[in-house]
Amino acid sequence: MFSLQAVSKTFPGGTKALDNIAANIAPGEFVVLLGPSGCGKSTLLRLLAGLELPSSGAILWENNQRPAAGEVGFVFQDATLMPWLSAYGNVYLPLRLRGVRQAEATPKIQAVLAQMGLAEFADAKPKALSGGMRMRVSIARALISEPALLLMDEPFAALDEFTRHRLQDDLHALWRRTGKTIIFVTHSIYEAAYLASRILIMSPRPGQIAADISVSIPEGGERRTSAAYTNLVANITHTLHRIMPHE
Amino acid sequence: MNRWLERLAPIAFGIIALSLWQAAVTLSGVPSYIVPGPIDIWHAYLDSYTILNPALVSTLTVTFAALAVATAVGVALAVAMAASSLFRAAVQPWAVTLQVTPIVAIAPLIILWVPQPFVALVVCAAIIAFFPILSNTAAGLAATPQDLQDLFCLNGASRWQMLFLLRLPSALPNFLTGLRISGTLALVGAVVAEFVAGSGGFASGLAYRIIEASYRLQIPLMFAALIMLGISGIFIYSALGLLERFLLRSRDA
Ligand SMILES: Nc1ncnc2c1ncn2[C@@H]1O[C@H](COP(=O)(O)OP(=O)(O)O)[C@@H](O)[C@H]1O
Ligand SMILES: [Mg+2]
Repeated sequence: MFSLQAVSKTFPGGTKALDNIAANIAPGEFVVLLGPSGCGKSTLLRLLAGLELPSSGAILWENNQRPAAGEVGFVFQDATLMPWLSAYGNVYLPLRLRGVRQAEATPKIQAVLAQMGLAEFADAKPKALSGGMRMRVSIARALISEPALLLMDEPFAALDEFTRHRLQDDLHALWRRTGKTIIFVTHSIYEAAYLASRILIMSPRPGQIAADISVSIPEGGERRTSAAYTNLVANITHTLHRIMPHE
Repeated sequence: MNRWLERLAPIAFGIIALSLWQAAVTLSGVPSYIVPGPIDIWHAYLDSYTILNPALVSTLTVTFAALAVATAVGVALAVAMAASSLFRAAVQPWAVTLQVTPIVAIAPLIILWVPQPFVALVVCAAIIAFFPILSNTAAGLAATPQDLQDLFCLNGASRWQMLFLLRLPSALPNFLTGLRISGTLALVGAVVAEFVAGSGGFASGLAYRIIEASYRLQIPLMFAALIMLGISGIFIYSALGLLERFLLRSRDA
């Protein structure tokens, strides 16, 4: 999909957020970026989205082509919906910005809303929706333009445990079904272990890739209580202790 | 029950205060050309409402014209300032200067320069009224959530789409707050302008009637005009407050 070549980012104020990040990401991987707050995870996502430019190094895209507008879906930590638009209107937005007619977009929007379990809430304004449903709208908005690459920045961090599990299940199923490339940021070890096909652990500032773990938990069965999952959590925890010694 | 009491409280308080006022005036025997009681004022209004009512309409016309001008200029400047930081740097200090200059000091010049009295009054009142709309709208535009702006960029939005689909709608609550403050300021501005213009102005508004009545020592008439201004102010403020709540509620829910 793309390859990060010695990517560094120093902000104008002098903060060095990322230092010499290198990684190859293949299409269809579910990559979780795991690291403590402030280690540069959001910055890395923003570089991938093209919202920031690296200070040095480069991102090389497959076929030498950076995805065009709308080919990258972005999900933020907060749902960041427009409160004056319905669920339908919020999901329509990316298409609307590209001049797609409403008549043409409606079947797509309805399909994506249904896929996210929101079929009956198309006309609801964000204020009338729960936190979990708002996040579902936000994900639907990212999916509407059928992006090959989905960037998600701690999307479930503000949700309660029950809602979070439901959304994690749905996201995992979505990834299995569609084979999208997903880069998912979190600071939760459990979330990383549950979702990822590959975990990149980042060290504190300046952010570097401290460990690169390939995950193979067999599909099917109770994933969260499987032995493979529990072992993976233990493995990640050890790695984190190794790279982040207690002060 | 409690809510009804709270609704009624200001009215009851007003009635009690008016009664006390009337009682004090009657018992002390102060002549009505010094302090008139509510009954004298009511009679003065009944005697002169054929003058006072058109005067109110005249003042309110200036007020709403000024509010319309202030809205157009305030929003246009706020959008321009949000679009270009150079424009913001150039204009902001002057907008503040205009705001902190006591308008009473500029009003005579404006009335001198602008030949049509109506336009002159509107210009004075608009200068007094536009700042809250400008500053609130500018603050709202600047506070557009960064994540949403990023989302628009990611989807290749043009500047105009960003402005009309995102920044202006997200500044609407701030704009409406500014509008409510500017509404009452426009009334203040209209009155100030009429005072300064005197007989050189439109010579038909309530403020002009107040001056006229004071020359003739028609104190009850003065009070009647004053009270009409007060009621207009309250009316404008609450009407714009209702508009604000109605628009935001029907938009976001
Ligand atoms: N626009 C910016 N300007 C200056 N410093 C920034 C900016 N964005 C992030 N930083 C800094 O870069 C570091 C990494 O931030 P971020 O990528 O948000 O971390 P994370 O998402 O892992 O919590 C932090 O120290 C943050 O203060
Ligand atoms: Mg972050």
